[in-house]
This record gives sequence, structure tokens and C-alpha cells, in this order.
Amino acid sequence: MMEKMIFGRYIPGDSFVHKLDPRAKLIFVFAFIFIVFFANNAVTYGLLLAFTLLIIFISRIRLYFLINGLKPIVFLMIFTFLLHTLFTREGAVILDFGFLKIYEQGLKQGIFISTRFLVLVFMTSILTLTTSPISITDGLEVLLNPLKKLKAPVHELALMMSISLRFIPTLMDETDKIMKAQMARGSDLSAGPLKDRLKAVVPLLVPLFVSAFKRAEDLATAMEVRGYRGGEGRTRYRQLKWDYRDTICLISLVVLTALLVFYRN
Amino acid sequence: MTEILSFHNVTFSYTPEDETARKAVQNVSFTVQQGEWIAIVGHNGSGKSTIAKLMNGLLYPAEGEVRVLRSALTEENLWDVRSKVGMVFQNPDNQFVGATVQDDVAFSLENNGVPYEEMVLRVKEALKQVKMDQFLNHEPHHLSGGQKQRVAIAGALAIHPQLLILDEATSMLDPQGRDEVLSTVQALREKIGLTVISITHDLEEAMLADRIIFMNDGKKYAEGTPSEIFALGEQLIEFGLDLPFAMKMTKLLQQQGVKLIGQHMTEEELVNDLWTSNFNK
Ligand SMILES: Nc1ncnc2c1ncn2[C@@H]1O[C@H](COP(=O)(O)OP(=O)(O)OP(=O)(O)O)[C@@H](O)[C@H]1O
Ligand SMILES: [Mg+2]
Repeated sequence: MMEKMIFGRYIPGDSFVHKLDPRAKLIFVFAFIFIVFFANNAVTYGLLLAFTLLIIFISRIRLYFLINGLKPIVFLMIFTFLLHTLFTREGAVILDFGFLKIYEQGLKQGIFISTRFLVLVFMTSILTLTTSPISITDGLEVLLNPLKKLKAPVHELALMMSISLRFIPTLMDETDKIMKAQMARGSDLSAGPLKDRLKAVVPLLVPLFVSAFKRAEDLATAMEVRGYRGGEGRTRYRQLKWDYRDTICLISLVVLTALLVFYRN
Repeated sequence: MTEILSFHNVTFSYTPEDETARKAVQNVSFTVQQGEWIAIVGHNGSGKSTIAKLMNGLLYPAEGEVRVLRSALTEENLWDVRSKVGMVFQNPDNQFVGATVQDDVAFSLENNGVPYEEMVLRVKEALKQVKMDQFLNHEPHHLSGGQKQRVAIAGALAIHPQLLILDEATSMLDPQGRDEVLSTVQALREKIGLTVISITHDLEEAMLADRIIFMNDGKKYAEGTPSEIFALGEQLIEFGLDLPFAMKMTKLLQQQGVKLIGQHMTEEELVNDLWTSNFNK
């Protein structure tokens, strides 16, 4: 189950999309979320869908893999589709089951809304699938840099994020170890009524928290010893490079916007 | 010889409000010269880590003075001192800050505002020194403990430190990881004349040092060359230290009535003694 779920996962690769600067991708996806709302007829929704499929093709992520991984979300989409189709009562009736009538406008609306949903989910998934979490953090930090003037702790937030990412596997291992240790002492997490299972989680969480705090303290000491004293006067080792690809990416976005504005009703 | 670090009657307590409590460090003085390898040994809670923390301003002495690089350690020169003293701790996982090996080595350089071009060179150089240059883009959870510790040493070396402090840096490693780290440090000492202070439980590791400082209950109990310290024999065991294998072996052999000329610190010496003393045909 977890294996197949691809929401928020990163798959390394070297496609055009993988090589894009995280800043370009972030701007692109963020703008795309708004641009999607320009579409309001068959042509414009068709354009959006075609554009999304093109990007999936360029990123060399297999469509089957994407759909399979986003199954829970596909169900949500079908649900939205049904909701709109069944409850919108406008235009001519196209199907009549007596107790249930499907209207033209309803069907259209259902298709449009679920397409919108689909392209948004696909686009954001492509972002996370092709960009390592640490690059996303870097991109965000640089993009949000202007907010520093407003005293927003951008650097600190980015550092927090990258350290959390770095410690996820460590804490997973730790959870695993504690789980095995508690199992060896006879605690069973996988059987029994829900109440018992919840109770069995407590002896898992307490040691995990204790060790996480210990780690945090050690890490803070190690950082201080290595001269960390906030973002001031710091240089960056991870450099972001904007090249022609990124410009192409943003130009394509402008073109798409222009087309959508032109063809919409 | 130039002095690189010294403690002058340093006293420190974690609970200064409680007069009666035992102080973590009491009236400790010693001097470390440039290029030396000093080992600090002692039982659990004898104040070794506290001493390490006093060396680079993580803690300040209640009494006495800590001098680093010939000037007293104060709030003003704190960051300057930290940029010249590298420190490696016990737990390999809890000191790995970066997302990958190279990011972690660069962390202290970033903090010190080293320009990008120079950082790239220094990261490469430091990783080469600890023989981890093949692992630039590896993530920490794909490295062994010994490899992580070597990366931590590289991180400390990247700032071109004058002094490297290892606080039980090998105690969580398997024998192989321990040897990796120790031989790395030894090679570096020969190559760049690094001054090393290693805090350890392990007397075999302490034997590599030029001088040993022996801590007991927050006080300096003894100081001397490894052979002077090991001559204390029984007292070491009394104070919760584990003798090196060769010494334990010598003692046991002597108890069994095997003829031997005295104490041996390395296996080689013991073997040589064994066959020379008993070769009486
Ligand atoms: N953060 C702290 N707060 C209060 N007391 C502490 C703290 N850290 C250490 N101590 C106490 O100070 C004394 C010296 O501790 P220290 O950590 O220096 O010992 P150590 O020689 O490094 O021991 P170990 O071999 O276990 O690492 C101990 O009695 C310990 O309980
Ligand atoms: Mg200690």
C-alpha cells in the first residue's frame, strides 16, 4: 500500500523536468494553480489536459505508474464527477432513468471539474516526483527571501525543514527498533481490539520522543560547535543555477496562459 | 614548542546554587602543546565531556581560566575560537546536519561565510583526507557509523582547525569502524601536524597518545606518558577503566607462573617477551 502511494515521493531521474531549477518548477506550479481557473469550456480544458500530458511525457514518468500511485485521489475525482453530474440541473436532459435525470450542463460540469482536479493533482505530483525535497526547500528559501525584510524567519524555516527531512529515515529506523524491542517484551501492535492497539502505541511513542529530544539537543550542540549562529553572514553551498531550460519552462507557461485567455468564453 | 590550549585551576559545576553538590570539574590544570596527541581517560561521569565543552565555550568555568590559542576564552573571541577548533562527538547520527555528505562537510564553512568557490575546494580536500571522497552525494542513512564519523571529522577539518577534539568519537563504532577512524586521525596528525585531544574510555586508544590525562570524580588524578599511566596498574581498574588486552594477558600469564619481564602495552612486546624469556634451551 505505502509502496504504491506516490504522493510526496521523489523519483530520481535525469529528464528535462528533473533538471529544471526548483525555483522555476515552484513558480510554474504555483502559477499553474491559478491559471487552471481560466479554463471554462471544452477547448480550454482540453488544452490544459494536453499540456499536462505533454509534461508527464517530458518528465518520463509512466502514466500508468502515476495513475496507479494516485489511486486514492482518483476515487475522490470520480466522486466529484458523480456529484456534479447528478446534482446539477441545467440544460437539456440527456438521460432519464425516471427517478434520476442527467442533464447536459451537469455532465459538462462534472467533466470540467474533474479535469481541473486531475491536472492540478498531476502537476503537483510531478513537482514532488521530479524534485528532491531538499531542492524544494532550497528553492522555497530563495523565492521567499524577500520576506526576510518583513522579519519572516525564512532561513530558519528552511533549515528546520531540511533537518526534519534529514532525520526522517533516522527516526523511522528508531521506531522500527523500538517496535521490535517492545514486541520482544510481549507487546503486540497488530492484533486485538482498537483500544488495546492504541494502548500499545504509547510505549512506542514515549521512548521515541525521549530519544528525539536527546538527538535534538546533541544536534544543537554540534551545530553550535561548528559555528552556526543564524542566517546572518552565512554563505550557501547548495547553489541554484538558472539556465535556458528554466526560461523555456516559464515561457511555456506564458504561452499557455495566453491561449487559455484567448479561447475561453 | 607553542602552547595551544591550557586549563588553569578550572572548576565547573552544573548546579552552582547547590554548594554541597560534587562539582563536575574541580581545580583542573593542564597544558597542550602544538602537535601533541592528548588522551583524556576516566570513568563515566568523571567530567571528561565537561572538560571538552569548556574547551570551546559551550560551558564557561566558574573559577579558573581556559586559554585557547594563547588567549583567554571569552564571549568576544568565542566564534573565532570555534572556527579554529574542530570537535567530533560520540553519536554519529546526532551530529550529521546536512542532507548529503558534501552538504554536511560544508556546514561549518557556510557558517563561517567562506565563499562558494573556496568551499567546493575545501569540501573535496577534507573528504579526500578522510578517504570519503567517493561518497560526495551519499545520504547519512546509507553510511556506516565509521563512515559517518569520518565525515564528521572531515567537517571539522574543512575549517582548517588548529585543534581537533574527539569526545568518545569511536565508542559507538564496531572494531572496524573504530580502527578506520583512529587510523584516519593518526595519518592526519603525521600529514598536517594536527593537535588532537581524544576523550576515551578505551585504554587501547589512549595508548596511541603522547600523553594521558587521567580523570577521577572531576579531579585530575594523574597525568603522564602512556607507560607512566599504565604503570598505575591496579588503580586503573579500581577507577573503572579497562586495561588493554596485552596488559591483561600479561597479568594473567604471570598469575599462571609464566616467566615475563614486566608490563607490556602492545601485543608485539608481549609476544617478544614471551619467546625470549622462555627460550632457555
Ligand atoms: N547537562 C548536565 N546537567 C547536569 N549535570 C550534568 C550535565 N552533564 C553532566 N552532568 C554531570 O556532570 C558530571 C560529569 O559529567 P561528564 O558528562 O563530564 O562525564 P564524562 O566523563 O564525560 O562521562 P561519560 O564517560 O559517561 O561520557 C556527571 O556527574 C554528570 O552527572
Ligand atoms: Mg562524556
